[in-house]
Order: sequence, then structure tokens, then C-alpha cells
Amino acid sequence: MEGLRGEPTIKPPYPAESGYMGKPTNVNNVETFAAIPVIILKGAKWFSSIGTEKAKGTKVFALAGKINNVGLIEVPMGTTLREVIFEIGGGIRNGKKFKGVQTGGPSGGCLSEKHLDTPIDFDNLISAGSMMGSGAMIVLDEDDCMVSMAKFFLEFTVEESCGKCAPCRIGNKRLHELLGQICEGKGSLDDLDRLKNMSLVIKDTALCGLGQTSPNPVLSMMENYRDEYIAHVTDKKCPAGQCRSLMEYVVNPENCVGCTACARVCPVNAITGERKEIHLINPAICIKCGACMEKCKFDAIFIR
Amino acid sequence: MSHIKIELRKEDVDFIKGVCDSFNKDPQELINVLHACQEHFGYLPAEVQEVVSEHLEVPVAKIYGVVTFYSFFTMTPKGKNPISICLGTACYVRGAEKVLDEFKKELGIQVGQTTKDNKFSLSSLRCVGACGLAPVVLVGDKTYGRVAPDDVKNILKEYE
Amino acid sequence: METIKLTIDNKEIEVPKGTTIYKAAKELGIDIPTLCYMDLHDLNIENKPGGCRICVAEVQGKKNLAPTCSTNCEQGMVVKTHTTRVMNARRTVMEFILSDHPKDCLICAKSGNCDLQDMSHRLGIREIPGAEFAEMSTYRKDTSPSIIRELDKCIMCRRCETMCNDVQTVGALSAVNRGFMSTVAPAFEQNLEYSTCTYCGQCVAVCPTGALTEVNHIPQVLRALADPTKTVVVQTAPAVRAALGEEFGLAPGTLVTGKMTAALRALGFDYVFDTDFAADLTIMEEGTELLDRLSRHLKGDKTAKIPILTSCCPGWVNFFEHYFPDLKDVPSTAKSPQQMFGAIAKSYFAEKIGINRKDMVVVSIMPCLAKKYECQRDEFSVDGNPDVDYSISTRELASFIKQANIDIKTLHDEEFDAPLGESTGAAVIFGATGGVIEAACRTAYELYTGKKLERLEFTELRGMEGVRSAIIDFDGLPLNIGIAHGLGNARKLLDDVRSGKSLFHAIEVMACPGGCIGGGGQPLHHGNSEIIKARATAIYTEDRKKPIRKSHENPFIIKLYNEYLGKPGSEKSHHLLHTHYFDKQKKVIIKK
Ligand code: SF4
Ligand code: SF4
Ligand code: SF4
Ligand code: SF4
Ligand code: SF4
Ligand code: SF4
Ligand code: FES
Repeated sequence: MEGLRGEPTIKPPYPAESGYMGKPTNVNNVETFAAIPVIILKGAKWFSSIGTEKAKGTKVFALAGKINNVGLIEVPMGTTLREVIFEIGGGIRNGKKFKGVQTGGPSGGCLSEKHLDTPIDFDNLISAGSMMGSGAMIVLDEDDCMVSMAKFFLEFTVEESCGKCAPCRIGNKRLHELLGQICEGKGSLDDLDRLKNMSLVIKDTALCGLGQTSPNPVLSMMENYRDEYIAHVTDKKCPAGQCRSLMEYVVNPENCVGCTACARVCPVNAITGERKEIHLINPAICIKCGACMEKCKFDAIFIR
Repeated sequence: MSHIKIELRKEDVDFIKGVCDSFNKDPQELINVLHACQEHFGYLPAEVQEVVSEHLEVPVAKIYGVVTFYSFFTMTPKGKNPISICLGTACYVRGAEKVLDEFKKELGIQVGQTTKDNKFSLSSLRCVGACGLAPVVLVGDKTYGRVAPDDVKNILKEYE
Repeated sequence: METIKLTIDNKEIEVPKGTTIYKAAKELGIDIPTLCYMDLHDLNIENKPGGCRICVAEVQGKKNLAPTCSTNCEQGMVVKTHTTRVMNARRTVMEFILSDHPKDCLICAKSGNCDLQDMSHRLGIREIPGAEFAEMSTYRKDTSPSIIRELDKCIMCRRCETMCNDVQTVGALSAVNRGFMSTVAPAFEQNLEYSTCTYCGQCVAVCPTGALTEVNHIPQVLRALADPTKTVVVQTAPAVRAALGEEFGLAPGTLVTGKMTAALRALGFDYVFDTDFAADLTIMEEGTELLDRLSRHLKGDKTAKIPILTSCCPGWVNFFEHYFPDLKDVPSTAKSPQQMFGAIAKSYFAEKIGINRKDMVVVSIMPCLAKKYECQRDEFSVDGNPDVDYSISTRELASFIKQANIDIKTLHDEEFDAPLGESTGAAVIFGATGGVIEAACRTAYELYTGKKLERLEFTELRGMEGVRSAIIDFDGLPLNIGIAHGLGNARKLLDDVRSGKSLFHAIEVMACPGGCIGGGGQPLHHGNSEIIKARATAIYTEDRKKPIRKSHENPFIIKLYNEYLGKPGSEKSHHLLHTHYFDKQKKVIIKK
């Protein structure tokens, strides 16, 4: 804003003391400002009558992901996640199973089934390993891989990092790389410990809010979905069937009618088989693009 | 890399000067000045940054630092018809690289560049999620599937 | 003054308000490791971006670890600097930093003198987990006439950026790009050569890694020495003798003039001369020019430009050619001592010993990186043969001496060769800020007044203050003297000259903070400005030890004028000892 690179400065001094052009600066997001006129109009008492003891008022969430009703919602503080997702959100799309909900955007954390009945307010979300943050809520279902999701969020941080401090500039890159290794089946149990240590140190040492929260998805997902991480590193399997390197496309001989549609669509000619005979996928050639599965009208191709 | 010559048309220099003046030549307004220049020129070539540097009295290295910090500033002009070629694995093995080479040859530019007449710019991207159609080429919003090197000339013709 | 009480590692301490945890700990004898932080206290230069996060410590009640270099002490704070949490964080962050750093120590110019290497050793890093698949941020290597940039080794401490922008106000370097690919570079990531860089070398002097180093000319010098057909002549600048010893473990401020001379002879140089001789020559030419302009000015001659600016610092010359080309007829036209020496060596001295200038190789030992560029300037060569062939830094000389297996500490003092080795105390003080103008005053006073100068030491011209001024009484004529060291300070004085507000008659400018003793080619101070002060003291000690302390009394200078040049400012002097300047400001070319 002052004609400089948008790097954070060392705090303190906090913006309220010395910020924009050295003057005290009020840094609030639009939502906070939006709340002010209402409070003035209707009085603080009214405002505090909504919500919980510690968090007054309402909160707007952007509900998205694998959910039937997506969009902006405004709920009183203290509403539970279950109410938000299953009542307002209308439940999970296509009747799939609820797996988790990422709150607070890429810096937030992923809450699992066991947090569904937690009333939403600032403190509760933080103690559950997430945060209110941007107010985004992305609902994940059984098809979402929690290693890939963490990697996906890290991609965002790596791009957003300003580069000023070492833990965020380099650390997040390394987190992202290691998650990539795990997705490719090249991780070990040791790596999970490293992942956790790196995440904690980045949080503990980064200069600004971005780096201090960027490892949240990794930490919360590792905590709440540890089995899935272990499956990736010990069995080299991705339970959600998301990680390409850990998937194997196979033809189910019971369903295959030998229509050759898959063989024709395969970009690398990994599928062999005569017309009207059961087809076979050569895993050594297959690049796991999924084109055949999409093409097959008989649900004969599945991921193992 | 060699020395950058600052060669601009007079009206362009005057424009930049005008923008700087409208912000009272205040170095703190650098970002706004750059915005205005990018809006006008479509991008921020080195020459423009040099002239801004002269008028705002901000070292040009600092200006470049700001331009490369924010993703909304760009130093390369996009062509009228941006061409993107998918180099995801599926497209790659189906010969996307040959298609790309053909585009390079036909347009005489490299990836990340724009033709002299500003008609086309070339970029590559990772999987666009249409592997069944590999190799995939995007021109603006339009998608072309199963593109062979021989098709390149015809695709370009559509935009002549 | 308001004070603050706090506890660090269970020890209580009271510090003035505004003290950082790092400094408070230091007072308690706790040396918290730092990488990016740098405090050149005596020169008023500080770099604290809070970027490396190596200096973190635990502060009770705070959620995250605090960077001690940039966190101020607060009342009742309880700080722990080496808990397991802190140590683990420090190690992990160091592993991050090293995971994006080439492991090139074997052939790195900084090896053995590298803050990053030391820190890795100090923290006991033995492996970098995940290094096999860690992507590195890599950049194009850039070699300019003076400086090599290998940004693969950059750790983003931003010290160079601080020096180039805040201290020198050159602005050749800036942080560019973002995130993982961020680095420090000139505009458009062009070569330094195409920027406004002055080659002052201050970025190199503070870089904690091998990312910024000087161009190494030792191989060329070695080749020349090994060539029996070449007569190799060496000159050493005043500031070198006050710093070289540091590279051999001697205390900062130890003068090694005699040992250095012995070492140079042992290295095989045919003639070991002294740049100080040329410094005396500079005073003769510059002093004469000053008096000439001054007397014309006093007579009301409008063409006589006042103030006169010194021109012996090539970093400074580069600066005004880039930023103040409109004032390029204000500085003295006298060449720097390095170039005066080269010109005289390859004319007067070559004739004297009866060899062709092409068979003579002149090497200079300089505290300076700008001199590497200076000796490559076209105007300082005759038919493509440069007056000074190679300019090597104090650091390079130290390395060369070590390569030759010479133990400088056990060498006996030796004297410079004649005739270009004789010098006065006035020449010695060229090495410190204020020294050139003091030397000029000693000579100009006597030439102007015709009287003997009683008080030789103009202490009012000395010190480390960035901009200084003094009025020297020239027997009734009050001479206004200005002094600036560091280009940012020079800019302030130049702005006044440009706007006509300057009241000075003469201004001395040195590009490097502290003058040449703080030059870009000197042994690294590693952020300790006491070292620079110690070197200044050494220089003034050497001056006091000299039997002759006024340039115009140097018998060999008198002889040179009698035998060869005529008098200061003569045609021959002008031809050999003076130069002209160029307008290097970038120009907008209007396209038709
Ligand atoms: S945490 Fe990231 S975004 Fe924040 S200062 Fe450090 S590098 Fe920049
Ligand atoms: S997943 Fe793709 S590459 Fe593999 S067999 Fe099916 S179509 Fe071929
Ligand atoms: S910069 Fe330092 S750590 Fe890096 S290679 Fe050179 S000596 Fe080694
Ligand atoms: S040598 Fe001096 S002017 Fe050049 S980049 Fe370094 S600090 Fe800046
Ligand atoms: S080049 Fe050297 S001084 Fe500059 S930021 Fe990099 S490591 Fe620091
Ligand atoms: S002050 Fe000395 S060391 Fe620094 S650039 Fe000038 S001449 Fe060189
Ligand atoms: S030394 Fe404190 S952050 Fe680098």
C-alpha cells in the first residue's frame, strides 16, 4: 500500500500503533466493518444476545464442496457443524459419506466427524485445530484423499508466501514436496514424523500469519485421519483412490463385454483384448489418466 | 542478458509522465502508477518501468521488485488469442510436444512469448482434465481435442 | 531513561527501553545465534528484516517463538534462549535454509569465512533430511568487472539490499520475485554491469554467504609472476596494511606494513612499491587544482567551480557519473592514486629501467572492488595496454600469501623499493574518511600561505560521523570543508551543490562507510564495526610514525616533478595524471 513489496513488517509495532504511512491503522476485514452499523443501529445488547458467551453475533460462512446446497450462509455463533452441513447444507452430494470439513480456508484445519457437534465459535474452532479465518467451509466426502488435500492447500501457501522469512519460504515448499512424495508412495513412517515436526516449527517460527497458519491443514488432517496417512506410507495405498501413483486401474472380468471402447480411448495403448473378449490393462504402461473408466458404459473398470 | 535500451514513442513517455504527475510524483503511489500504466499498455515492459523510475525517483530495481511481487502485474503482453497447449502426461505421450513444436514453428515464438502482431501468445499448462481428448489445445476459450501437428495450420487460420 | 527489567535464562537484567532481547542477552554474555541480523553500530547501519528466524527464543506467555534480534524487551519478560523447543526449531529452520543451498564449500570463495558455514557447524548440522528430492531455487550466475553474483547461495538476509539502498542510496539491488524464487537482484534480473552499481562492494562486504564475492584475479597475477619476460610491479594502498593482519589472526588495527612488503617480495614481485607515493602525487595535483580554482573564485571568476570535490575514490566517481552527471565538472580531474601510480610506473619508471610498457605488469593491492572496474576503464590504457593490469583486494592478497605457504607472522619487516615506494604521513591517512582532505590541507595551507603549518593534525576532520564539516583557517581565509563517507551521505552534500545551497569550498567523498578502511575488498568485519574503528586508529598511528608528513615534502615526489613532470598541473601532468568523466545516466530514446 506504500508502494513497496507487500512484505509483512516486524510486529510489534502493531498496525494499530504504527501502520499505514506510520499512522495508526485500523486493519479489519469487510465483515467486521459490516457488523458495525448494525450494532450501532440496534445496540450492542441486541448484538450480544445472539451467539455464545464469548463470541457474540452471527457469522457468515461460504459453504462449498461436496454438499447439496452451496452458497453464503449467516448463522448465529454457536451453531453446530452438523446443523450447518446437514440441515442448511442439505447433506452430502450423491449420498456419499461425510468425511470432513475444512474451515478457515487454506490456513484453517480439517475437522472430522467427531467435531460435528461442536458449536462454532472462535475458541472452539481453534482448540479443535482449525480456525474461523476466512469463513470458508469446504465439505469433503469419502472420495477425497486427505494427503492430496493437504498438498493441495500447501500449493496455495507456496504460491502466496512472500518469501521474506525462511521457514515459510522454504519450509512450506518442503512440506509440499514431502506430501507429494507420500502421494507417490515414496514416503515412510519416519516422514510422517518429519512432516509433523516441520509443520510445528513453521508455525512456531514464521514471521506473519500466513506462515504461522499454513501448516494447519497438514497437522489437523494428520491428526484426524492418521490411518489414511499410514496407509499411504506403509501399504502404499490411497484409501480414497485419489493418488494416481497408488492406484491401479483394473478391468472387472464379470462386467467387461469387450466393447473395445476403453482400448480406443487409452492414450498410451495400455489396454489389450479382442472384440467381445475380456480386456486387460497393463499396469506397467498405464498412466492412470482415468479415460477408460469414464468411457466404459458397463462399469467394468475400477480402481484398486 | 544485455543492456536494456529505453526506446519509447513520445506519446508513451508523455503518458507515463502524466500518470506520475497525476499522483504528484509521490513514490508511495508507485503501485497505483503501475496499475494505470498496465491498464494503458496492457503490460509493463522494462522501458515503462524505467520511465516511471525516472519520474517517481524510485530505483528501477525496486520497481521491478514490486512488479515481480504482485501477480496482477505482468511484463509480457498476452496476444489477442492466447494459445495453451496441455503438456499433462496423457497429452504429452500422445504427441503434444510435437504439436507445440509446430505452433512454435508456425508462429515463430517460444513458450511465454507473443507474436509481433500481438495476435497470438503461446503457453503450456498441466493437465486440463480432458485426457480422453489428448492432445488438447486451448485457443482463448475454445478447446481442440486430438490435435495432430498437421491440424495446427488450420487452427491458426480460424483466427486470421 | 526508562528502563526495563527482565529475565533471560534465569538471569535478571535491566536495560533501557527499546533494547532488543538479542542485545540484552549479549550483555549477559549469552550469544544468541543470528544470520540475517547485522548491526554496524559505529556507522549507524542496521539490518533487521527478521527473516532467517535463527535467533528465536521462547518468551513466556507468547504463543510463538520470538525473533530476538527484532523483539524489544518488555517489563517482566521471561525469556529462555535454549530450551529443547528453541533448539529444535533452530535446527529445523537451519535445515530448511541449507536444503535450498548448494553444498559447494569445497570450491566456494567464502569457505572458511562464511557465516552460513559457521552457523551450520555451530548448530551441528550433519545431514539435510529430504535433500534428495528438494528442489533448489537457482538463478543465472552474473560476473561483472568487480563482483560475482551467485544467487543460488543467497539466503535472503537482505543485508546487501540495505547497504545498496539505505546506506549507499544507489538502489542497484532489490528483493525481486516472491516466495520460493525470491532473491536480490538488479532490475529485470539483468547483469549488475547494466545497472547503476558503483562497484563500491559494500554488498559484498556484508554478504554472509558466497552469493556475492569479488572477481578473483589471483590466477592472472600468478601467471604474470611466472612469466620470466614480464617485470611485475606491485603497489599497495594505505588501508591494506591496517587490515591484512586480521586475515592471519592478528588483532584488528595491527599494522603489518613491513611484513606485507616482505610477503610481496617473497611472492616474487619484482618491485614492491607503495600507492602512498601516488597519494602524495594526488595531493600535489588535487591541491594545486583546489588552490587554482579557489583563487580564481575569490577573484570573482564565475567559471571557477567551487566547491571542488575529491576524485580519488572510483566508487564515488561511478556514483556521480550515474546520478549527478550534470555536476561532472565539479570534482577534481585528478586521477585516483591507483591510476596515477599505473600511469607513472608505465611511463617514467618503465623508461627509467629501460623496458617497454607492454613488458611491465602493474598489480595493485586495494581495499576496494571499484578499483577492479576502474583499471579496466578504456581511458586508463594506452593502445589497449592498461596502466594497471590487475587490481586485487586485501582478501585476495591474504589468500595468495596463504597459497604460497608464507607465514606472515614470522616474516621480518622490509622496506618498500625506491623510487615509487617513498611516501609521507599525509598519504597514509588517505585510507580513513577525512584523511584525503586533511592531507590536502597540510599541503594547500603551506602553498597558499607560504607559511609553515604548525599544527599538523586536523583532528576536527576526523571521526565516524557520516557527514562532517569544519572550518580551517588559512591564515585569515576561512576554508569551509565538508566530508562525507558512504554514498548516501555524499548524496546529501551533492544535492546541496546541485541546488546551489552548498557553502563548502572543498568536499571529500569516500564511497565506503569509514573510507577505504571499510572498503569492499577488506577482510570481512562480520558485522563488527569496532574493527573499522581500530583500522582508523592504526592509520593515524602510522602517520605519526612517519618522518615526513606533508606530501609536497616527499623527496621522490620533488624529484619526479623535476626530472619528468615539470610542475603540478603542467601539460605532462595533465596528460598522465588527470582524467575526465562521463554521463552514464540512462536516457530515454524517443522512437520515431
Ligand atoms: S510467513 Fe511467509 S508470508 Fe509471512 S513473512 Fe514469512 S515468508 Fe512472508
Ligand atoms: S487409466 Fe488411462 S492410461 Fe490407464 S488404461 Fe485407462 S485409459 Fe489407459
Ligand atoms: S556460501 Fe558458505 S555454506 Fe555456502 S557453499 Fe559457500 S562456504 Fe559453503
Ligand atoms: S557494489 Fe555497491 S552499488 Fe553495487 S550493488 Fe553492491 S552495494 Fe550496490
Ligand atoms: S546476496 Fe548475500 S547479502 Fe544479499 S540477501 Fe543474499 S545472502 Fe544476503
Ligand atoms: S572508499 Fe576506498 S575502498 Fe571504498 S570504493 Fe572508494 S576507494 Fe574503494
Ligand atoms: S537474526 Fe533474527 S531473524 Fe535473522
